[in-house]
This record gives sequence, structure tokens and C-alpha cells, in this order.
Amino acid sequence: MLKAFDKKLEFTKEKSNRYIVKLEDLKRVIGFLKKKMGYNFLVDITAVDYSTYKTAYPKRFAIIYILRDKNFDNLTVIKSYLNEDEIVDSITDLYKSANWSEREVWDQYGLKFKNHPNLKRVLNHKEFIGHPLRKDYPITKNQLCTKTDDLMDEMIPRLKAKGYENQEEVMFLNLGPAHPASHGTIRTFVALEGETIISAVSEIGYLHRGFEKSCENHTYNQIIPYTDRLNYCSAILNNIAFAHTVEGMLGVELPQRGQFIRVIIGELSRIIDHLVCLAANLVDMGALTNYWYLYNPRETAYHLLSKLTGARLTNSYMRIGGMTHDLYDGFKDDLKQCLEDVQKGMDDSLSLIEHNRIFQDRAQNIGVVSKEEAINRGWSGPNLRASGVNYDVRKQHPYYFYDTFDFDVALGSVGDVYDRMMVRFEEIRQSMRIIEEAMKRLPNGDINVPDHSITFPKKQKVYTTIEGAMNQFKLVMDGVKVPASEHYSAIEAANGELGFYIVSDGSGTPYKVKVRPPCFFAMSSLPDMIEGEMVADAVLDLGSLNIIAGELDR
Amino acid sequence: MIETALIIETVVKAVVVLSVVAAMGAFATFIERKVLAFMQRRLGPMHVGPYGLLQLAADGIKLFTKEDIIPQNTIKPIFIIAPVVAAASAFVAVAAVPYFPEFTVFGYTVHPIISDINVGLLFVMGAASVGMYGPLLAGLSSANKWSLIGGARAVIQLLSFEVVSGLSILGPVMMMGTLSLIDMNDYQIGGVSHWLIWKQPLAFVLFAIAGFAETNRTPFDLIEFEAEVVSGYATEYSGMRWGLFFIGEYANMITISVLVSIIFLGGYNDLWFIPGALAMLLKVSLWIFLFLWVRAAWPHIRPDQLMWFCWKVLMPLSLINVLITGIVLV
Repeated sequence: MLKAFDKKLEFTKEKSNRYIVKLEDLKRVIGFLKKKMGYNFLVDITAVDYSTYKTAYPKRFAIIYILRDKNFDNLTVIKSYLNEDEIVDSITDLYKSANWSEREVWDQYGLKFKNHPNLKRVLNHKEFIGHPLRKDYPITKNQLCTKTDDLMDEMIPRLKAKGYENQEEVMFLNLGPAHPASHGTIRTFVALEGETIISAVSEIGYLHRGFEKSCENHTYNQIIPYTDRLNYCSAILNNIAFAHTVEGMLGVELPQRGQFIRVIIGELSRIIDHLVCLAANLVDMGALTNYWYLYNPRETAYHLLSKLTGARLTNSYMRIGGMTHDLYDGFKDDLKQCLEDVQKGMDDSLSLIEHNRIFQDRAQNIGVVSKEEAINRGWSGPNLRASGVNYDVRKQHPYYFYDTFDFDVALGSVGDVYDRMMVRFEEIRQSMRIIEEAMKRLPNGDINVPDHSITFPKKQKVYTTIEGAMNQFKLVMDGVKVPASEHYSAIEAANGELGFYIVSDGSGTPYKVKVRPPCFFAMSSLPDMIEGEMVADAVLDLGSLNIIAGELDR
Repeated sequence: MIETALIIETVVKAVVVLSVVAAMGAFATFIERKVLAFMQRRLGPMHVGPYGLLQLAADGIKLFTKEDIIPQNTIKPIFIIAPVVAAASAFVAVAAVPYFPEFTVFGYTVHPIISDINVGLLFVMGAASVGMYGPLLAGLSSANKWSLIGGARAVIQLLSFEVVSGLSILGPVMMMGTLSLIDMNDYQIGGVSHWLIWKQPLAFVLFAIAGFAETNRTPFDLIEFEAEVVSGYATEYSGMRWGLFFIGEYANMITISVLVSIIFLGGYNDLWFIPGALAMLLKVSLWIFLFLWVRAAWPHIRPDQLMWFCWKVLMPLSLINVLITGIVLV
């Protein structure tokens, strides 16, 4: 593919879709991919520090760009090696989503970007010294940071661009981090004229806890509980995304029953996530009653999940190569009851708002994001589909038999708050269809991969045979040994494309894990969305994007 | 001698009305929680007393015993006086409101109105609108940006809807030729068909909407809506100072309900077999229930939509109403 670009270009094909190019060609190659090959969608940018890797690499770091083409059919990874002192060309002029991604790479790895508008930390505190994802940064090293960022370095240029030379003309206001509508700890710093937002700057990282660094210190199965805390509204989908990626590296596939259970529980989590988002968004609008109409069925679903997994919120149900245990007796009836409750709650809520003029006036044409803009910003999931882009990982890159299920992809036409909410309502309906079909087709059999280098042997074997006990011991102590490789794979989580880029060195602990959190990209576009709108609209915009701080800040 | 009796009677009536309205205001908060809970499929307060009835007392004790916090940079005298203004104006307004038909106790005729002035309606609306200074002063003196925004929202909202409620009431006043609420009540003697609502439906709707806005109820509860302006003008208030704002607000709610009942819904005249006093209570309860019902059902609107609605929809309509009433009367 790259041959068509420049005959003289030196590159190596590492895998079918992974190319290694020279650092100075990087921007040209990505520009070519975007303009000529239609790679409009920047999935993620990350880096790897190879300094302690078991085999030698030409240079210490590698920077990695993951791209999708315009129909989301092909995924291409561009990789380039560099040393600490080398500077990468910024691609923020090609992709707006690259802005925060490049800031993150700078923050975590200390790689510099040329021509980046404002290269500063994004996840870590501004007083933080060092770059935590470098291998020479000790995992136990704490730093006490106390100073608040006044964000004026970003605010003043933005105000000037809007023609406000004098800061006395506006009123500055912090929406968050502790504000009733910030849904977690997200800070948006705004300049107001009356109640109209002139310019806005977002600051994230209040919930940053070093997920990716922690991953490098734990075995694959130990990471599962950490993934629960990413998008805690749909913990199981995060479990699945991580396990799915690792299984892809191992080259194994779950037995059919295991796959179906993942579909059922995963879709149930999606329903819960959407219910939370919709309820919170409607409360922000003052429609209080919807909160209980939508949260009560969520409660039924949580009862079901706690019965099944032992936990309500952070389930940790999945394991590499399967899950902890099979469904319980009577699961089917509980699930049926749960779906009925969801249907009723949703119908009640819709009957309150669907034809309500106030609701329509509040939600329609607010926070409009066009198709092109949404793709350029790296949006995915319901937010992207609300802007009218037909991209659902379940349809484009089916996993777990999603291609055989009968469900529709809900698309919006305008890309406003109303569309984002209605797409979520429709997705709840479609998820229910999938669950019902999957329950009908649920086969019998094993749920775990029958390979005991990956999954635990039966407890009876562990307690009665030396092989079983040894097997369990080795798996617990060493973890699942994943062959040395680099792999990106994604599933459709409740918020969009949730991907993991994992580098393995062959041991039981990943060498590097990078999450591609869908929220991160939605959040990075919030300041531009809310400029020119009112405070009341900004609250709705934030709610409709469904920003989950656990996933955003990692 | 007669003057002394009048003074004693007025003082007694003032104390009774004050305590009853304050108690009703407090009780309305309990009813609100219960009714909303019922509509939202939950129980509401249940733990203090039977069906949570003593919750009210618990809330009162809590509010009175809470630490009185006055933040550092506030303008102290204004900060202290603001909630008093809000509550006092609401109670002053009820002075000219009649509640029941007159009755006789031990041969002494009692008029259940503190002061029957001949411009009663004007007095009620004037005194109630002074209540606007409560949020305004609170917002300006709190040294908090959320309070400031909340205070600004309060002023634009109350000021704008003052115009609508004033204009919408002009039609009925022209028809009845009086500003005394007792005369307005007497105008509608003779059953449901004599109610003013049939003659002035537009004025009724406009006045009701303005009533929702002036009492800061959904869908116009922008002044202290949590998700947007934290707690608006009341952000820095706590304890009983905070409580005073809300007693004032609920007293206003009761006043508006009484006004609507008297002006449009036949007042305290006997309704079929129901005695007047009970009919009045029923009407007021119905209105308060309506306030709660709307709160449970609707989202609320944005400040600029509120202004648009007030000045471009309600205000022209109320002018048209005055015009039509004038033409019909001539």
C-alpha cells in the first residue's frame, strides 16, 4: 500500500497492517494515508519505551499511530523508532483528535512534538516531574502536587481569537471539578459574557491513577479488576475488551457458550451504561422523574449482576480465555424480568419527554457536531452515530458472532444533544433484541478455553491431583504467558471503540498496555462545542457525551 | 374601646395567619416530598415517625441547630438581611388576603383577613414583588460567582413575570371594577358558572404561568437549579438563613394559589354542597398539587428561552387580553 506513495520511501512491513517508517517520513506518510487513501479516523497515538525489552530495538522509543480508513474497514498501524532527543512532527493539523493524544504521549513518555499548539501535560499534574510510563520511572515513586493550574495559558489565546483583548470584559468561572453537573471530576474553565460562554478550556486528570503503569506490574488476569474501574458504568465491557485483546494475542477463541455469555452480559452492561447516561442527562435538564424511571431498571440489572458475579459495580467477571463461572440456575427468568423492567422504564421515560416541547427546545440543535468533525475528532460509539456516521465495531469488525445477530444500528441526522440521547434509547432497544436472540441460541458446553496454560483447571482436579495443583500454582504465580507480540484490537463498548494496544515480551506480565478510551476524544472536543452556547447548554453537552472520568483519566 | 378590640383582633389574626401560613409552608415541603416520591416510584421520607410525618420536625430542628456560617468575603449586613427580606415580604403579602368567609364566634363576627384594604390585590402583588430583593441581595453579597449568576437570574425572571402577572390581572380588574379581594370574591357568588375563569380564560392561563415563574417552580426553576448554578443565590447559605428563603418561597406558593382561587375560581363561596371554607382549602390544595405535578413531569427551560417566552409570547397576549376586555366592556 505504501509503495504507491513514494517509490523511494523506506519502510518495513512488520505485520499485515503494521508499517515501520523513518521518523522524518512519518508526517508525509500519514498525510498521504489521510488524503489519498482515505484514512480519516485517527484511532490513537501512543509510544513504547523499549529500554528494558528482552530483545534490542534500534532506538529506545517507538511512536505508534493507529488509523482507520473512511469506511472503517481497514486498520493500519504506522510505527517509527526514535530516541529521546528526536522530535516528532505534530499531526494536529491533520487530525484534531491528535491534539490531546500527542499531549498524552508527551506527558507519559516525554516525546516532543514540533508545531503542536500547546504541548503540555494532560493526565498528570503540571508540577509532576518525569514521565511515568518510561521504564526508568519507578512505579512506587509518589509525588505530591498541590498547585492548581489557572489554565490562562490556554484561555488567553482563545479569548484573543474571539476578539477579546481585555480580560476585564468577561467573567471567569470554573465549571468543576466539583460541580453538580460535572459527573465526576472534570474541570471546564469558561469565560462568560452574561451566561454565554465566550471561550472554554477543559482540564482532566483529576482521577488519573496510572492504570497503564500498574498494568506493567501485574499479570494479565490481575489486570482484569483494574479494567473494571475504567468505565465503571459498564465494567464487564471493559473486562471483555481486555480479555478479547489478550485472547487475540494468544490466538485462541472462546467456546461458543462462552462467547454467547459474553454477548449477553456485555449487552446488559451496555444497557446499564446508556440508562445511566440518559438519566443523568435528563436530570441536568430538570426532568427529575426520569431519573427514577431509568434508574429503577438499572437496579434490577445490578441485582442480576450481583447474583451472577458477586459484585454490583466492579464485576471482574471475565478472565483471559473465559470467565469465572457459568450462568446460575434461573438466570433466564431473572434476565427476562430485568429486560421487562428496562422496557417499562424506557417507555415511561420516553412518554414523558418524547413529545415534550420543553425537552425538544432544550435538546435540539444544541452542541451540533457534523459528520466530518466527529470523525476528525476521533469520536466513536453512540456519539459518532448520532452525527450520522455508520460505524459500529460490532457490524464493521464482527466478533462473538455479532454478524449473525439481527440488530440495527441507530443513526442520528443532526448530531445534537437530542440525537445523542435518542440514539442511546434506540441502542437499548437493539441490545435487548440481541440479548433475547442470544438467550434463544445459547448453546451448551464449556465456557472456558480448554487450554490449561490459559485457564484454571477444575477445582476438583486442583485439590486431588498434583498436576492440577501445579497447574493452578503456575498460572497464579506466573500468569498467562502471552507470546511476544504487539497487538491492537477493539470492541464496541458502551461509549464507543474501546481498544487495547498491548505489547508483550513473552512473560506473564504485559510489557505495555495502552487503552484507547472513547471518552478521551469526546472530551477533547467539549471546549469547542460549548463556545457560543449558554452555561445551561454546556451542562447538557457534557452529559450527552457520557464522559466517564474513570476511563477518561485512567 | 372599639379601637383596642380592633388592635387585639388584628394582632391575634396576624399571629394566627403567620403561624398557619408558615406551618402550611413547612407542611407543603413534606407534601411535596411525598407526592413527588409517589410519582417517581419511591417512598420519600419514611423513617421519622409514621410515614415520615415527623420528618418535618426533624428538618426544623436541623435547620435551627445548624452552625450559622457567614463566609469571609461577604458583605455581612446585607448577607444577613437578605433571607429576612425574602421571608418577610412573603408574609406581609398575605395580610390583605382573605381566606374564609366571615364567621361568628361567641357573638363576635370575625373577618378572616388581617386588613381589608380596598386595594388588596395591588398590595399583595406589590409586597410579594419586594421579595425579589431577597435573592438579589443574597446573590450580590455572597462573594460567590454562582450566587451572582443565581441572583441575576432571579431578577430577570421575577421582574419580567411581574409585568405579565400585572397585565394579565388587569382584565379581571376591569371587569369587576375593584381591587379588593373580598369584592372580587363576592362578584362570583352563585356557583361554578359565575366563576371568572369562564369570562377571562386567557387571563387565567397567563396569571397561572406567571405564578409558576414568580414562585420559581418547574419549568421555571432556573434561579437555583443545581446542575447549572449549583444553588444559585443560596449557594453560600446554610441553616435557618437558608430555610428562611424556602419558607418565603412556599408562602409565596400558597399566596399565589389563594389568589388564583379567589380571582378566577370562585373564591370562598359555597360550592354545591361544600361549605365555602372547605371549598377554598380544596382549591388551594389542588393548586399546590398542580405545582408538584408539573415539577414531576417536566424538564425546565433555559434563561433565554424564558425571556423569549415572557416578552414575546405572554406579554403581547396579556396586552391583547386587556384590549379585548376593554372593547367588550365598552
